[in-house]
Amino acid sequence: MNHSIRILLKSPKFMIGTIVLVLMIAFVLIYPFINTKDPLEMMALAFQPPDSNLLLGSDNFGRDLFLELVYGIRTSMMVGLIAGVCATIIGLIFGLASGYMGGFVDNFLTAITNIFIVIPSFIILILISVSIDSRSSLVTALIIGITSWPWTARAVRAQTTSLRNRDHVNIAKISGHSTSRIILSEILPYIASYVVMAFVLQTASGILSEASISMLGLGPYNTISLGILMNWALVFEAPVAGAWWAFIPAAFSIAVITFSLYLMNTGMDEIFNPKIRS
Amino acid sequence: MSSNRESFMHGKQLTKVFGFGQQKVTAVQAVDFDFHRGEIISIVGESGSGKTTLAKMIMGLLKESSGTIEYKGKTRQLKRHAERKAYWKDIQAIFQDPFASFNMFHKVEKLLLDCIKLQGLQLTKDERFAKMKEACSFVNLKFEELYNKYPFELSGGQMQRLMIARIFMLHPKVLIADEPTSMVDACSRSTILDMLLKLRDENNMTIIFITHDVGLAYYISDTIYIMEKGKIVERGTAEEVILSPQHPYTKQLIADVPKIHEAWNLG
Repeated sequence: MNHSIRILLKSPKFMIGTIVLVLMIAFVLIYPFINTKDPLEMMALAFQPPDSNLLLGSDNFGRDLFLELVYGIRTSMMVGLIAGVCATIIGLIFGLASGYMGGFVDNFLTAITNIFIVIPSFIILILISVSIDSRSSLVTALIIGITSWPWTARAVRAQTTSLRNRDHVNIAKISGHSTSRIILSEILPYIASYVVMAFVLQTASGILSEASISMLGLGPYNTISLGILMNWALVFEAPVAGAWWAFIPAAFSIAVITFSLYLMNTGMDEIFNPKIRS
Repeated sequence: MSSNRESFMHGKQLTKVFGFGQQKVTAVQAVDFDFHRGEIISIVGESGSGKTTLAKMIMGLLKESSGTIEYKGKTRQLKRHAERKAYWKDIQAIFQDPFASFNMFHKVEKLLLDCIKLQGLQLTKDERFAKMKEACSFVNLKFEELYNKYPFELSGGQMQRLMIARIFMLHPKVLIADEPTSMVDACSRSTILDMLLKLRDENNMTIIFITHDVGLAYYISDTIYIMEKGKIVERGTAEEVILSPQHPYTKQLIADVPKIHEAWNLG
């Protein structure tokens, strides 16, 4: 395991992605301690352009957009992370169960997975969001998580099916190990790198999904996220007012976060996929 | 040779069918067998003849579609985990590919430590080391050289010998060896075969040897079963089957063995 981490550190793609992401997380976590103002406090006129006082200008309510952006990145990352964890865990459980058990369980779980793949998850996402009255960012994250697991489940199932018939798994079986122990020590380590990669992608797509549904006005209430910033810019016609600072920084942040996550993913792929490594 | 040994494992009309409907494949069809204690049985057939499937059914890794296996006078039951665990105390296996037989995330001594656990022995650290050392020296390996190493740091021959060390520690009543020598070099091959013979002699172990190599089967076994397309087409003592084959498929298999001193007719 240490070996893999050492190779990871040598991958420029992985390192760039990680450094950008870590700096960003550190900044958005530390900044609210430096600037302790409430991000929803009105402190200037509407749509003031950026200056030395307001780094990214003000929005339609005259609020400090830079501070809002910091809080927005925090919420978006948290939503993405929770959605990623949720989707990865569901996908992992479904994939492992159907791949390892085979037979009827496999057919049943694959059918469910296929149904979820066929129905566009974004529409389910919208429908669930509409039908729930009080959406916190946690609820939004969970909704994204439970609509985006099928691809992880499929990939994990495919890997597990091929691992299930390996001889080391057979040796573990005839050594009398329990099923849970076989899955934990004979299957999971082999797919761990893959699962980590899937988790990174799920987090990135969680952030994008949150931004998309918030743009539609179906995002979480009582909080600021990158999608909500863009939604406000849209609703209060920032583009018409020429206030590019109201939406470009938010869109740019989404791009930077997801791009650094994708960079990390491709970096990992190069390390974990021996074909590419050689 | 086998007539005076007790017969203790029977297969009755064992059948394994994969898939259903139009994709149905009968891998093993109505196979009967009779294994005796201390006997070496070879199941010989070409790739796809169903010998590995049969072996996996005997191991209890694949559920038979129909038919039964009688073990020690009782019909084998493997529904509950405890039943399987008890069965696997007696029946063990070595597989074809030593590289695939090891979990590459575990150090090699874990394999041997698991054997001590499977037997339910409570040993001190020194006793465990002594046991593992003994097993390694049985297969001509130095435990000190293997300790704390990962499988990919070993050669194929070393890995396969470690698998035999595992069998030595578990001393099962039945060992199923599924082409254990097909992926190691000729030198390691004879050592591995000799170790298997030694295991049989010391522990009165029944060895079921799965191979496609008729010559090897003749060299090592007491009884030979010839398998073609999922069926046993001929069975008998090694001498009977190899020296006076009856079934055309057996004759074909024997004729196909390349001979060193004769030009090989590939036509």
